Amino acid sequence: MNLTLKIWRQKSPKDQGKMVDYPVSDISEHMSFLEMMDVLNETLIAKGEEPVAFDHDCREGICGMCSMYINGEAHGPDRGVTTCQLHMRKFKDGDTIYIEPFRAKAFPVIKDLSVDRSSFDRIQQAGGYISVNTSGNTQDANAIPIPKDDADLAMDAATCIGCGACVATCKNSSAMLFVGAKVSQYALLPQGQVEASQRVQNMVKQMDDEGFGNCTNTGACEVECPKGISLTNIARLNREFLSAKASSKN
Amino acid sequence: MSTDSKILDAKAPDGPIDERWTRHKDRINLVNPANKRLIDVIVVGTGLAGGSASATLAELGYNVKAFAYQDSPRRAHSIAAQGGINAAKNYQGDGDSAYRLFYDTVKGGDYRSRESNVYRLAEVSTNIIDQCVAQGVPFARDYGGLLDNRSFGGVLVSRTFYAKGQTGQQLLLGAYSAMNRQIARGKIEMFNRHEMLDVVVVDGKARGIIARNLVTGEIERHSAHAVVIASGGYGNVYFLSTNAMGSNTTAAWKIHKKGAYFANPCFTQIHPTCIPRSGDYQSKLTLMSESLRNDGRIWVPKNMDDVVAIREGRKKPTDLSEAERDYYLERRYPAFGNLVPRDVASRAAKERCDAGYGVNKTGEAVYLDFKSAIQRYGKEQAKIKGIDNPSESQILELGEGIVEAKYGNLFQMYEKIVDENPYKTPMMIYPATHYTMGGIWVDYNLMTTIEGCFAIGEANFSDHGANRLGASALMQGLADGYFVLPYTIGDYLSNDIRTGSISTDSPEFAEAEKSVKDRIDFFVNNKGEHSVDYYHKKLGKIMWDKCGMARNEKDLKEAISEISELRADFWKNVVVPGSADEMNAELEKAGRVADFLELGELFAKDALEREESCGGHFREEHVTEDGEAKRDDENFAYVAAWEYKGEPSDAQLHKEQLEFNDIKLKQRSYK
Ligand code: SF4
Ligand code: FES
Repeated sequence: MNLTLKIWRQKSPKDQGKMVDYPVSDISEHMSFLEMMDVLNETLIAKGEEPVAFDHDCREGICGMCSMYINGEAHGPDRGVTTCQLHMRKFKDGDTIYIEPFRAKAFPVIKDLSVDRSSFDRIQQAGGYISVNTSGNTQDANAIPIPKDDADLAMDAATCIGCGACVATCKNSSAMLFVGAKVSQYALLPQGQVEASQRVQNMVKQMDDEGFGNCTNTGACEVECPKGISLTNIARLNREFLSAKASSKN
Repeated sequence: MSTDSKILDAKAPDGPIDERWTRHKDRINLVNPANKRLIDVIVVGTGLAGGSASATLAELGYNVKAFAYQDSPRRAHSIAAQGGINAAKNYQGDGDSAYRLFYDTVKGGDYRSRESNVYRLAEVSTNIIDQCVAQGVPFARDYGGLLDNRSFGGVLVSRTFYAKGQTGQQLLLGAYSAMNRQIARGKIEMFNRHEMLDVVVVDGKARGIIARNLVTGEIERHSAHAVVIASGGYGNVYFLSTNAMGSNTTAAWKIHKKGAYFANPCFTQIHPTCIPRSGDYQSKLTLMSESLRNDGRIWVPKNMDDVVAIREGRKKPTDLSEAERDYYLERRYPAFGNLVPRDVASRAAKERCDAGYGVNKTGEAVYLDFKSAIQRYGKEQAKIKGIDNPSESQILELGEGIVEAKYGNLFQMYEKIVDENPYKTPMMIYPATHYTMGGIWVDYNLMTTIEGCFAIGEANFSDHGANRLGASALMQGLADGYFVLPYTIGDYLSNDIRTGSISTDSPEFAEAEKSVKDRIDFFVNNKGEHSVDYYHKKLGKIMWDKCGMARNEKDLKEAISEISELRADFWKNVVVPGSADEMNAELEKAGRVADFLELGELFAKDALEREESCGGHFREEHVTEDGEAKRDDENFAYVAAWEYKGEPSDAQLHKEQLEFNDIKLKQRSYK
């Protein structure tokens, strides 16, 4: 198929940036979206132009590195997938496709479609861990049985890949789904209880400091999340936060 | 080619095998906590090995500087490991033990690994599970709340722990969380979007690295008392592999060029269950976890007529009766059936496809079928639920439910890529490059032949011999990082407590920096005509065709000369757009492909030199009468460790003779 791509080009963080048109032809429906971008870049290189910068690595939907806002949706029109898992069969011959970076105050553009998501790392550093040394002198793994349902729910929350689609999609650029997923994983497990109250307060504070917006329950994040992280995680985050506030002395 | 008469010393301790690690730990030198604060360690790579090592070294008190080319340590490619992690916990009571895990690993590796290292790996495997549970890794559990296990290829016990089909992700996020705790305390300084481009050796010791900031293009000097390479494997030498797009050999290759021997480069794992290639534009291949072979049955049609009919779309695989299918693994290997090791399963698929029985248009695909499993689970569930005389559709529904619970995310992934429903029609699979057992040579302390330079995880060669068993890569990465290196590095660093901080203002740093800058300048200024990918794809094709699942002398010799010609052309005609002082993906790729073009030739040379078939290395000249791999223990029971001498063709071979005292060398049989 033949397509017209309208792509955000921005040389550097300080550059203004603008949309630029690129026609591409002979695109197979079996290609992934990023393979289509590879084809475009190879043609640009052959013409002596600069290829489009975009983040990607695993190309199988697990590393969370790929981003892209495609036709107004984070990770494009398909559900439950990342951009690298999106296939061209979701588009038709003659389509015009708008490709932009994930936009949020806390995700500044580095170049073209590549953005800086280190704010997510800093939220995790504020409390996204259990304080246990990796000495190997822990108790036997089966010493504390964990109800299967709790373990499964914790696993569901833990599948978040930290891509930031939830933020890019939210009209307030809120990171509540991302933070809710991590807080939930530990809140559901006995190992996470000891530090639960500190953890949620620290992570929420860091989230606010990074400039992510408030959650107004529009639920758009859940729809675009490639890993199906559910809104119940935001509810659990709110509960954890309120009870931590209520019980904390200051 | 010249061979060194000196035999490499692995410094493995002696004594009874099950006491060696404990005794070694008791004897090695320690660094006291106050002195650890005075010592800096660089770790390159933040996957399971690098992430766990960084966290543990920082907990111990060392100052760690960790480097990742990705934008966050959480994105290292360990994240993509699906199936599971082995540990000799014997929770299932099926007779597992450290010895059995050790035995399976040595046998699975076709007797080309070092006994002492493998035993240690098996021994610490149980700690890993305890550790990860304490960190909050949500492993799968049974209804009693205890940890669940499954089986993987090449073994007869159930010792694999898993977190759905995302075990690597969960383990890596565990290591990432431990790193985050140390980053917050200031004990790890994290350098994201940084790539190591050289190691700096001062007075024979590794004392730092040169790294490029991939956002600004700045070339930076970083010093330390020791350098740990945890940069993964070199599977992308094949261009198409299950590795991430950015996975590369650059860090490993740079230390090789500065004196670290590269061991067994030809030992590569071609994984049997990957989604087949669909076209020339393909950028990578996707693995379907080996865990699928617990329940899936692999087959091709028995009759050529059916193969043709299927390719032409006149028949569907589901039209074929049981009698018309050839479950070739069950036929050839009745004892292990679909759970034979990876190398065996891959070659068997190639054998059928080479004979013309491949089931897709390219002729390179076999079926992986869940029909029997769905039926079996469906009937079992109907019994459990007390449904008498369940209808066919009830059985299917119940059975599909169980299969979905076990493999749901893998099935979904398949459907997204191939656009077919694997619950209703068998999956198509074909082998693809997945893992590299070869890597930087290390001694028992995981130190390379450069003093103070260590290699851990997939980047080293140590534990998997000529073939890695499923669910052992995660085990090795975490064992090295959490439990082995943190002890052994102390032995080396105990001599460094009075050294003081290492200056980056030395001729050695200046020289390394200059060579890095010169190479970058060459790339951005060269007026060539072919893109980096053009060369990478060509290299990949040579590697796959001539150094792939089956190798022979003629092909390997051709590969060597073709790669060397391609490399010469690359240095004349490659084009890299953009400049050096900005984010520039093509420039990054150029440096990586330049290194692959050297490694590929050494790979072929190593494969040519190893005149035997073992594990993933299959020489067509060396087969038994029934077509199985024929090892030559008399002449090749050694590790081939190559020393850099300029061109790959000049590399010098050093041998580490392998001794087997606790396991008897046998022909590996899975029949
Ligand atoms: S919650 Fe979903 S959308 Fe948000 S970062 Fe995690 S995986 Fe991405
Ligand atoms: S590239 Fe890894 S999730 Fe898309």
